[in-house]
Amino acid sequence: MRYLPLTPDDRQAMLAKIGVRHIDDLFKDVPNAVLNPEIDLPRHKAEMEVERHLSRMAAKNTAAGSVPFFVGAGAYKHHVPATVDHLIQRGEFLTAYTPYQPEIAQGTLQYIFEFQTQVAQLTGMDVANASMYDGSTACAEAVLMARRVTRRNKAILAGSLHAHYRAVVETTTQYTEDVIVAQTPNPADPEAELKAVIDAIDDETSCVVVQNPGVFGHVLDLRPVAEAAHAKKALLIVVVTEVMSLGLIQSPGEMGADIVVGEGQSIGNGLNFGGPYVGLFATNQKYVRQMPGRLCGETVDADGKRGFVLTLSTREQHIRREKATSNICTNAGLCALAFTIHMTLLGEKGLRGVARVNHKNAIALKAAMGSVAGGEVLTNAFFNEIAVKLPKAAGAVVDQLAERGVLAGVPASRLYPGAGLDDVLIMAATETVTADDIDVLKGALEEVL
Amino acid sequence: MIKFTEEHEWLEVEGDIATVGITDYAQKALGDVVFVELPEVGATYDKGDEVAVVESVKAASEVYAPLAGEIVEVNEALEGEPGLVNSAALDAGWFFKLKLANVDDLDELMDETAYNEFVEGLD
Amino acid sequence: MAMNSQGRPTAATGGGDATKFESFSGHVGLRLAEPLIFELGTSETTGVDFEDTSDLELSCGGLERTSEIGCPGLAEPDTARHYTRLSRRNYGIDMGVFPLGSCTMKHNPRLNEKMARLPGFGDIHPLAPKSTVQGAYQLMDELSHWLMTLTGMPAVALSPKAGAHGELCGVMAIRAALEARGDAREVILCPESAHGTNPATAAFCGYKVKSIPAKDNGRVDIGALKAALDNTVAAVMITNPNTCGLFENEVREIADEIHKAGAFFYCDGANFNAIVGKARPGDLGVDAMHINLHKTFSTPHGGGGPGSGPVVFSDALKDFVPVPYVVKTEGGYDIVEDQAGKSFGRLTAFQGQMGMYVRALSYMLSHGSDGLKQASEDAVLNANYVLASLKDVMSPSYDGPCMHEALFDDEFLKGTGVTTLDFAKAMIDEGYHPMTMYFPLVVHGAMLIEPTESESKTNMDQFIRSMRGLAEAAKAGQVERFSGAPYHAPWSRLDETQAARNPVLRFAAE
Repeated sequence: MRYLPLTPDDRQAMLAKIGVRHIDDLFKDVPNAVLNPEIDLPRHKAEMEVERHLSRMAAKNTAAGSVPFFVGAGAYKHHVPATVDHLIQRGEFLTAYTPYQPEIAQGTLQYIFEFQTQVAQLTGMDVANASMYDGSTACAEAVLMARRVTRRNKAILAGSLHAHYRAVVETTTQYTEDVIVAQTPNPADPEAELKAVIDAIDDETSCVVVQNPGVFGHVLDLRPVAEAAHAKKALLIVVVTEVMSLGLIQSPGEMGADIVVGEGQSIGNGLNFGGPYVGLFATNQKYVRQMPGRLCGETVDADGKRGFVLTLSTREQHIRREKATSNICTNAGLCALAFTIHMTLLGEKGLRGVARVNHKNAIALKAAMGSVAGGEVLTNAFFNEIAVKLPKAAGAVVDQLAERGVLAGVPASRLYPGAGLDDVLIMAATETVTADDIDVLKGALEEVL
Repeated sequence: MIKFTEEHEWLEVEGDIATVGITDYAQKALGDVVFVELPEVGATYDKGDEVAVVESVKAASEVYAPLAGEIVEVNEALEGEPGLVNSAALDAGWFFKLKLANVDDLDELMDETAYNEFVEGLD
Repeated sequence: MAMNSQGRPTAATGGGDATKFESFSGHVGLRLAEPLIFELGTSETTGVDFEDTSDLELSCGGLERTSEIGCPGLAEPDTARHYTRLSRRNYGIDMGVFPLGSCTMKHNPRLNEKMARLPGFGDIHPLAPKSTVQGAYQLMDELSHWLMTLTGMPAVALSPKAGAHGELCGVMAIRAALEARGDAREVILCPESAHGTNPATAAFCGYKVKSIPAKDNGRVDIGALKAALDNTVAAVMITNPNTCGLFENEVREIADEIHKAGAFFYCDGANFNAIVGKARPGDLGVDAMHINLHKTFSTPHGGGGPGSGPVVFSDALKDFVPVPYVVKTEGGYDIVEDQAGKSFGRLTAFQGQMGMYVRALSYMLSHGSDGLKQASEDAVLNANYVLASLKDVMSPSYDGPCMHEALFDDEFLKGTGVTTLDFAKAMIDEGYHPMTMYFPLVVHGAMLIEPTESESKTNMDQFIRSMRGLAEAAKAGQVERFSGAPYHAPWSRLDETQAARNPVLRFAAE
């Protein structure tokens, strides 16, 4: 077995040193009746065989890069420079552990510090943590943090918060003291949706959670929500599922957010069928000690040289145990590294430039969809994603287009079944979309509709 | 008058006001203190309630109300300079002042000699 | 004869006192200084090319970002150099023995990386039409089959994103099951030696946490457990093999007692790697157990994640699993995404850590049933070899045999002036990553050594020589070797007090 270096002779010599005859003497604490069960699984395979087996499975899937592709709704197909994937596979990054021994982990610690700074700058907030599992779990953690800060327990979720995020918040808080008020999505009238949020804020409210751009692509000015929340001493949590949008749209910090959570997948990370991704979590300085997750901070070593360490760890489970701010124990280190490398390649100039290409392609997509017979675009102010009302059920349309080799988007009914949105399709156009792709989509749609 | 608790808090009492801090033994056990979370002035506590949190790099501990009472003042200097808890545990490193609900309760607590014996028994 | 007039000295001359000269560059040979990108890059530099859009008319509701973003860029060559230089300050499994107890730092096969990057896995969207991702559902189904077979459990939830997330999944299913039978219970019991995540998770699900003591042999005190078990106890969370590296030999009796009291047995599967192929949690009476794919099944730790923590369930809990989950249909596979029936809800957007599923399955297929069993045996063998080879110079906390990790305390350092921390830092000078220190909390100055099956006997012998040398040096009074260590790491010890007293959590221009 190619991964196991011990030889039969080694094993015999080691057993002798230990003073036992057989390996099972070391398993003597395992009840005899259950030791060495019959396991009905195949025996080991050579590298070539494994590759063949898995490649056949992979070949049954349609890769995003191989077809005209407009699927978004929380995960986005962007071009990730080859440098990113090369660098994150260096063994010193890939095979390192959490930097608990800072003298031999300054590589990891410095990039976390860079990551925290980049996320803070992008979101327009004071500080960010070392990352969370993903955007949805970061969102749930933000709701819990708002309860700790405000000592109130009612969270209002705007209607166009991604349905999975809403479900994760509801599930995560079902056994805590939090009360979740989830509003109804209304893709045709985002202003009304925002007004409903404002109207719902009361003296019990810990936070309002608003996604921008919303799941249907709408970009909104959140200042009125921030003002309304702050007037009642509640916090505004802004969710960003398309972090590339921060290269074009005003930051949540500029709009008055108290906590910003996001899905960082768009920068540095592939689609990966949903994970691993990287959750972003940023807030203002005064709430630092209420934050969940790991934090890296600057310090000096015994010789006075600048270095970095994990800090403020008394908030965490390994010290606070049942009093911890969260049970979270890991971050998404390697995905955060991919994020920070891609972000460094982009820089402010590249981020703005690529974001504008996204926007340009979405404008072209909107024009095409508006000209399809029976199609009505519901989104007017947007970044790279729009919602389109079709004359037929969107689910069936998507399936028929898939048969024609076009992945057209996410039917709203897949996220919000039973919400009366069966004819709504959510479509994204990133920098990877070409004019040809849009032509092919349009042609195929006209056949199907 | 100085009194001590088994939770390693000290109280210096004048009238019905007790100034409360943690003992030298406690600060040594904690190590370098890096953060102190203080209560709000005006809050009332029963004996044994969690009033404050004191954190070192690797440990966090609750400071309990040694007796029932109301917080009348907190040591804001600790927010900027938590190291005072280490360098001056028994004076400048005090945490809060408690207006005692019942001064007679002080009799339940240890005096210095009793506390020193208590600590010796721990090692 | 043609004379070469370019001759130069080729014998080994030079050498001497390295500390005599400071470099002009700030670099020290291959140890290259590297500032933060905020001190290197500019807002006008970029390492990507993109289409010109200067004539674009925006359609974003007048909300264009005009303020400075403040993220400098670097051209590609400087980016490559920046992160390569940073990487060289790290220690990884690829560099040497990484005996970090409880963390299972085994070799990360690169085949798994290659497989996860196949476009058919790495470049597919979680909400793509189901007909276009049948192979992905198949992979999830096949991984589930392996996990259920290896654990002897009838159900699995793949989506939890890490071990702690898996615990949350398990305890939520337990609470949902108790509520379904109208049985409100308030307490979860955890042994003193439990991972910090166990009580944190229990408290998060609204339970009070009560601690159960251990016996002198490092195992759960079954008498104390029985005394604490009553109809208010929802579950008992036990790590097995436990955090002292020992198998709970009375585990079946423990399970029986738990079930007699109407409670559930949650097993923290962090140490499942010791028993894969040797024993099935299903045969031990476990009701729920998370599996750290990043430990047992070698998906890379990546400097602190991403992890993956699928949870296997017994019959009693299987109806309560979270969405989404894959189901077999006549023509292929489908995925259930909306909460229905008894499912307790959803723990993450999308399907969880697909990239980790691919790597873990690739690892399992490579090993096969025979290789997985051999890996467990080799891990246990290596740990016992360490225990046997160090027991005369260090102080083992418990008698052997141990499972996959060997626990020592600081008894052997008593009176030397050397602490567990010092000892760990001196290991860095020996070229090793330190073992886990000060965990578990149940022994004083704990040192938990987990070599894993990835180490050859040659590596083990070298490591043992080094550890023996250190132990003997400490006893011989060579305090300075330890108190200032590490001397040969890129950084000396860092000031954690300063970091925590005045937190600087981001770069800010002066």
